[in-house]
Amino acid sequence: MSDFVIFLIDALVKSLIIVVSLLTGFAYTTVLERRVIARIQVRIGPNRAGPFGLLQPVSEGLKLFFKEDIVPNEADKVIFTLAPVITAVPALIVLAVVPLGSEVTIPFLNYTTSLGLSDINVGVLYILAVTSISVYGITLAGWASANKYAMLGGLRSAAQMISYELALGVSLLVPVSLAGSLSLGAIINAQDPVWFVFYPIVGQVAAAIFYIAILAETNRAPFDLPEAEQELTAGYHTEYSGMKFAAFFMAEYMKMIAVSAIFASLFLGGYRLFGLEDLLGGWMGPLILAGKVVASLVFMIWLRATLPRFRYDRLMSFGWKVLLPVSLVTLVLTWVVIVLELIPVAL
Amino acid sequence: MLIEQYLPIAILLAIAIVLSLIVVFISRIMGPFRPTAKKLSPYESGMTPMGPAVRRFPVKFYLVAVLFILFDVEVIFLLPYSILVQDLGVYGLITVSIFLTVLTIGFIYEWKKGALEWE
Repeated sequence: MSDFVIFLIDALVKSLIIVVSLLTGFAYTTVLERRVIARIQVRIGPNRAGPFGLLQPVSEGLKLFFKEDIVPNEADKVIFTLAPVITAVPALIVLAVVPLGSEVTIPFLNYTTSLGLSDINVGVLYILAVTSISVYGITLAGWASANKYAMLGGLRSAAQMISYELALGVSLLVPVSLAGSLSLGAIINAQDPVWFVFYPIVGQVAAAIFYIAILAETNRAPFDLPEAEQELTAGYHTEYSGMKFAAFFMAEYMKMIAVSAIFASLFLGGYRLFGLEDLLGGWMGPLILAGKVVASLVFMIWLRATLPRFRYDRLMSFGWKVLLPVSLVTLVLTWVVIVLELIPVAL
Repeated sequence: MLIEQYLPIAILLAIAIVLSLIVVFISRIMGPFRPTAKKLSPYESGMTPMGPAVRRFPVKFYLVAVLFILFDVEVIFLLPYSILVQDLGVYGLITVSIFLTVLTIGFIYEWKKGALEWE
């Protein structure tokens, strides 16, 4: 086989692995969320379908397959159908630039490859670009539904997501500055001895702001204003049913997984954990990353069970008047520390 | 090599688009399809909506979008500097602080003008 064919097969297999693991991750994050929230609220949660309720997502997925797909009369049919696609695609492709592990050799084939689809040199820029596309999907869904609740939900969501994207972009520049590169591989390598979250003050503040901003970007509680059911019924997906609704649901959970992996790569050392990632011939790396992602997901679920929803005006002023100035100050502080070579190594 | 870096992403993008289209159209193929006039009305099973749904919306949202564009462009300007902080040294830090001062003056003006208030 020629090199190019091997390269294509390599890329195809890795893409399929990313998509399949995101889909199973999505299915089991929903179970995890319902079980964890149930436990926090002193309930049991879904435990009938299969052992520990593990077949719950399968039964729900099958149920949604056979639901009637309704497009309202006054809706813009084309955009109404395209909006879930525009929302789901970015959630699926954002993990492309995140390295999932170091180099491994596949047994029997004797083929060495790096875990991770493509560590491009503008990885952080790619993440910013791709995550902002999903704003279009949600806004268009709200607009095309021809429903007042959906319209308001879509508008709110657009305003919220673009406001928090500023804080997200600025806090993202702190690890970029510390590593001196936009490539996620280089950022992970720069955290080899000390994770960026352990850099005094700048690391913690930037990580906290980034985490708050990704909660707002993924429309998670306490920032789930676009779907505030007391005010907006179901927000931008009020009119959606069947698998079109599932596509929005899927996009939200896959985005949670993807941004958790990005958060882990930027601040928590990615797939690295004190040299343990080289165990099992390098296959330990993805497991370590998965562990960090699950920890982050459980934290998101915990936040949802704990915090009440923000009021909309407070949400907007928190984004603009607190997060944006604080993240800019943190960024400048990081630059001063780097230029004056004051970087104190923690631990 | 450029193609080696971006072709895998294109392949993933193609798979993602195909998968999303399948997800969106599978209910139409596998589910029932018995539309009635009542079922297709907007906000079915809720109150009958009055007037058109897509109407004028508060100008606040437009203002937020304009402010976002301003600041996002500024964030993009900070991106190349972030990579070269160490190389540019004190000179770069002074230059970027002049840029940030102008940005901060604009931000304070917006704040005092009440553009960030949500009433």
